[in-house]
Amino acid sequence: MLLVSYQFLLFLAVLVILYYLIPKRFQWVLMFTAGLLFYACGGPCGLVFVLFTVLSTWGLALSMNRIPKGEKKRKSLFILGLLLNIGILAVLKYTNFFLQNINTLLEPQGYSFPYVDWLLPLGISYYTFQSVGYFIDVYLGKTEPEKKLGHYALFVTFFPQMVQGPISRYDELKDQLFKGYDYDGGRIRSGLLRMLWGYFKKLVVADRIAPLAITIAQASEGFGGIWVWIGMFSYTIWMYSDFTGGIDIVLGAAELFGIALPENFDHPFFSKNLAEFWRRWHMSLMRWLREYIFFPISMSKTVGMLSQKARKHFGKNMGRRVPLYIASIVTWFVTGIWHGASWNFVCWGMANCIALLISQELSSWSKKFRKTHTWTESNAYSCFEVVRTFLIFCMLEMFEYYPFSSVFRLFVSMFTEFDPRQLMGGTLFNLGITVQDFTILVLSVALMIRTGFVSLKTPMREWLSKRPACIRFILVYGLFLCVLIFGIYGQGYDASQFIYNQF
Amino acid sequence: MEELIEILKDIDPDIDYETCDTLVEDGVLTSFEMVMLVTDINQRMGVSIAPEDILPENFSSAKKIYELIQKSRGE
Repeated sequence: MLLVSYQFLLFLAVLVILYYLIPKRFQWVLMFTAGLLFYACGGPCGLVFVLFTVLSTWGLALSMNRIPKGEKKRKSLFILGLLLNIGILAVLKYTNFFLQNINTLLEPQGYSFPYVDWLLPLGISYYTFQSVGYFIDVYLGKTEPEKKLGHYALFVTFFPQMVQGPISRYDELKDQLFKGYDYDGGRIRSGLLRMLWGYFKKLVVADRIAPLAITIAQASEGFGGIWVWIGMFSYTIWMYSDFTGGIDIVLGAAELFGIALPENFDHPFFSKNLAEFWRRWHMSLMRWLREYIFFPISMSKTVGMLSQKARKHFGKNMGRRVPLYIASIVTWFVTGIWHGASWNFVCWGMANCIALLISQELSSWSKKFRKTHTWTESNAYSCFEVVRTFLIFCMLEMFEYYPFSSVFRLFVSMFTEFDPRQLMGGTLFNLGITVQDFTILVLSVALMIRTGFVSLKTPMREWLSKRPACIRFILVYGLFLCVLIFGIYGQGYDASQFIYNQF
Repeated sequence: MEELIEILKDIDPDIDYETCDTLVEDGVLTSFEMVMLVTDINQRMGVSIAPEDILPENFSSAKKIYELIQKSRGE
């Protein structure tokens, strides 16, 4: 059941009515049942995997907690839980990628392994990371294990977040999920408004620009110069509006039930450097990776020993860099492969890692530069930093959708073959979008940028609530009509799949 | 505390670590800097700060970091 399907809206409407009709103490049971139903719509096999994850992490966490810290058995159960859950994710998601690489080596010798046709449960990367995060927290003693299976199961199967995140933590959701809520018209309106904004981004912007982005991305040999710029910007707009649109729908839907899921974006395109960007983009995943991979690896005994050796032989500066470099490489490798089982994503992760480490190395020079040049405190310089970060992000994204062998040629082509006159021939409108689409896109993106500026100071819904009633009416119903009239609805009136559902 | 201030000065010598309590908020200590700082603390002060203690609230000021060091020492 896609978040942009009529079935989902109907499902949501029925659920909201039931939710506020039944006694508060049964609301969580309804949400749990709804989660199972929602997931079962994608196929009963997927449900089996989700339930296995629920049962294994819940049961092992409880058993593990009965054993005192430091005992071997506790660690054994911990490793078993990790192997089971990360193992399922790895086997289902990466077997074909592994076989593909083996076959590349074996085919010249006349051997090859057949590919597998296994089901990949919807949102497996999200619910696995969420459950494993809980499991690690229990192991470390940061969270008390949940005794009630139903409560824990709802945490994993809370349906709005199951397929697209955000990746929540048990300690920030548990009190919200089970306390029960009275009907609150203001909260429902607020949730619906957020969903509407999400539908606008997904249906009007993302699905409209997708054909242009895909056409250029899939024909790297056929395009150069300004077309690489067009492809790069359209891909970034597509991805941003698709992902943030989906998250707005998820967070708005959760709000209908009184649940405030963690925010996943904080105006990433206003970041002044790449490190800041990654603190503001896909925040729940980045937090997960930071807490469960980056810090533990950098603080591990093995890395500590390597660091001490480096300090002894090459000095203090090298010693303190070793943990940072090793942890960054591993974390960005995982980030890349989490996004997709292909070398493209690995290269994209590594490219980001290199860019971040270079940025870190230049940071002391940058601080000195800023102190000696006061004009760097001006708004103009801040704008320059924001644009620079945006361009770096867009360029690094090219590793994701172009073959690795083409990326560097295309980088060069962007500058050496840049000629705006190439746009005059009307080719742009033969790449999947019409003049009308282009106009709608320009206006919609301008609206998104404008709301971005406004919401930097005041959250958009708060800003809207302070406008006169007639202005509110015009803006909200105008947005509703825009989605209805300009939304892209495919065959069977179902919009296309979200990019981030694939993970 | 003096040794800690000395280590912190390696990251940014211009910060007044005695008074600043917004080290993370102001971007003085990002996750990268935290890793380098903890590596230095562990090696120079002979402690072992656990990864689960690397939380923004434990790094907001020199005083907080010092408390974390004492906790790691079991004091």
